[in-house]
Amino acid sequence: METFIAQLLNGLSLGSIYALIALGYTMVYGIIQLINFAHGEVLMIGAYAGYFAVTILKLNFFAALLFAMVVSALFGMIIERIAYKPLRRSTRLAVLITAIGVSLFLQNGGLQVFGTDYISFPQAIPRVTYKFLDGNVTITSHQILILLVTIAMMLILQYIVQKTKIGKAMRAVSYDKDAALLMGIDVDSVISVTFALGSALAAVAGVLLGMYYQTIHPLMGVMPGLKAFVAAVLGGIGIIPGAMAGGFLLGIIEALVSGYWSTTFRDVVVFGLLILILIVKPVGLLGKDTREKV
Amino acid sequence: MKRNNILVGILLLALYLIVELGIRTGIIEPFQQVNLFLMGINIILAVSLNLIVGFTGQLALGHAGFMAVGAYVSAVLTLKLGQPYLLAIFAGAFAALIMGIIIGLPTLRLKGDYLAIATLGFGEIIRGIIVNIDYIGGAAGINGIPKYTNWTWLYLFTLFTIFAVKNFVNSTHGRACIAIRDNEIAAETMGINTTYYKVLAFSLGAFFAGIAGALYAHYFFLIQPVTFSMQKSFDALVMVVFGGLGSITGSILAAIAVTFLNAALINLGALRMVIYAMLLVIIMVFRPQGLLGTKEFTFRTLLRLKERGTANAKD
Repeated sequence: METFIAQLLNGLSLGSIYALIALGYTMVYGIIQLINFAHGEVLMIGAYAGYFAVTILKLNFFAALLFAMVVSALFGMIIERIAYKPLRRSTRLAVLITAIGVSLFLQNGGLQVFGTDYISFPQAIPRVTYKFLDGNVTITSHQILILLVTIAMMLILQYIVQKTKIGKAMRAVSYDKDAALLMGIDVDSVISVTFALGSALAAVAGVLLGMYYQTIHPLMGVMPGLKAFVAAVLGGIGIIPGAMAGGFLLGIIEALVSGYWSTTFRDVVVFGLLILILIVKPVGLLGKDTREKV
Repeated sequence: MKRNNILVGILLLALYLIVELGIRTGIIEPFQQVNLFLMGINIILAVSLNLIVGFTGQLALGHAGFMAVGAYVSAVLTLKLGQPYLLAIFAGAFAALIMGIIIGLPTLRLKGDYLAIATLGFGEIIRGIIVNIDYIGGAAGINGIPKYTNWTWLYLFTLFTIFAVKNFVNSTHGRACIAIRDNEIAAETMGINTTYYKVLAFSLGAFFAGIAGALYAHYFFLIQPVTFSMQKSFDALVMVVFGGLGSITGSILAAIAVTFLNAALINLGALRMVIYAMLLVIIMVFRPQGLLGTKEFTFRTLLRLKERGTANAKD
């Protein structure tokens, strides 16, 4: 029982990070049907921005987080402008290959600029371990922080998407891009804002990931990015609550597999889950079947 | 047309003999030989990936994974079970084909780009599984695989791949794949079973990647899970895009060029991939069909170019 609770807590913190990444994937997918492969790299840039904000600019944790979000948001918007916007009318394949290209560019550019070493991430918040259940289950202040920040971000995102004008425009564009255009919505700027929002969330995930593993690396975004996509598919791609649920679920499954079975099988199980969900319920847990429009 | 075929045959035989002679006499040095082998393997990878990405229009990023399947299955057969090499190659290739069907069937029957992520994930699954099996060396890999691959084997299988893909593309099945690439809904309306053809092209591509893996394992005699990283899959994609989505000769030329470039830029490290990635994006933005597009590089185009050249000279 103690192992179960301990792994559940681990899974919740890891899952909240996945959920944050998955939100960015799902928002971009919902609006332009593109798997933004570079999303994991935006996360990496956010983590490095947070690192420099703490070490060089001497900012406190929350200011550093904000700084990372702004840097990543700008990055996301620039990527969209330079690489994806010129391809708005090309084939899906061309856009996907571009996304891969951007991702590779940032990965290797990161290796070139930041070096190939793991950098230890500054502990901007003191690490305190709380014990309970006779000391068998521990929870760190970082895990609590990860969970709280994630929930705060989700609430903010939910507010933006549901209650603000730009959120309404985003939902309209994702529902029907052409009709939205006819209604006078500036589709291009809505897409830009979507990338900015998703990238800012990725930056949060990056900083939290840096705290969770205590190191950062130019390729740190690759695996979490891929897994978060699995989480997005698990919850139903294009559906915001789906990404949250999928992220938490995936994190918990991953933690349980590492706890009870083997850490080396963790990735196998995660991607096996993707294949399984595509066989059983391809629209995802919260997705509804939609008829295809020709 | 017949005369053309004979001409091609003679040229191919001449190429084989020249290189064989070069290796025997030592004119082609060991370093160049390694690059020559990598070139052949890259050609197989690029041409077979082009069948999936270029001709059928499905983005697959798991070629390294299929290569790993081919490499490990064939290595186990020759090294541990003492089976003949030819059997090992085909067993490896068929294992990759079956993996292709397992991955392709659930993902390709859906609309959307699930294949890209599933194949990326597949590469990781394969590596994760290999690391966990002690029989095949785990993370340390298999060492001491007999070095069966020589120039003859490589040349034969490279040609086999090229001609098989070429004939497939020019057959009814290939036409169906091209129709799916150009417009999936229209193809479906014309009565093409899109899932069947997508899975067919994908698993066939996996089959050849398996062959490439088997050849690789029996040349470098050491295979490890890290050998078949995502980077290898991306390398193959770079070749396909540079050469042209839907051009076999383009893939061949690109594979040759990229092999040379890799050897020349070996000291650049990560910068090499930065350059490739940038080219990838630039090509997609300005020439989404790849450098050669769907055009094939033939003797006829050469002749036509020459004619045009002489015509221009007359003016």
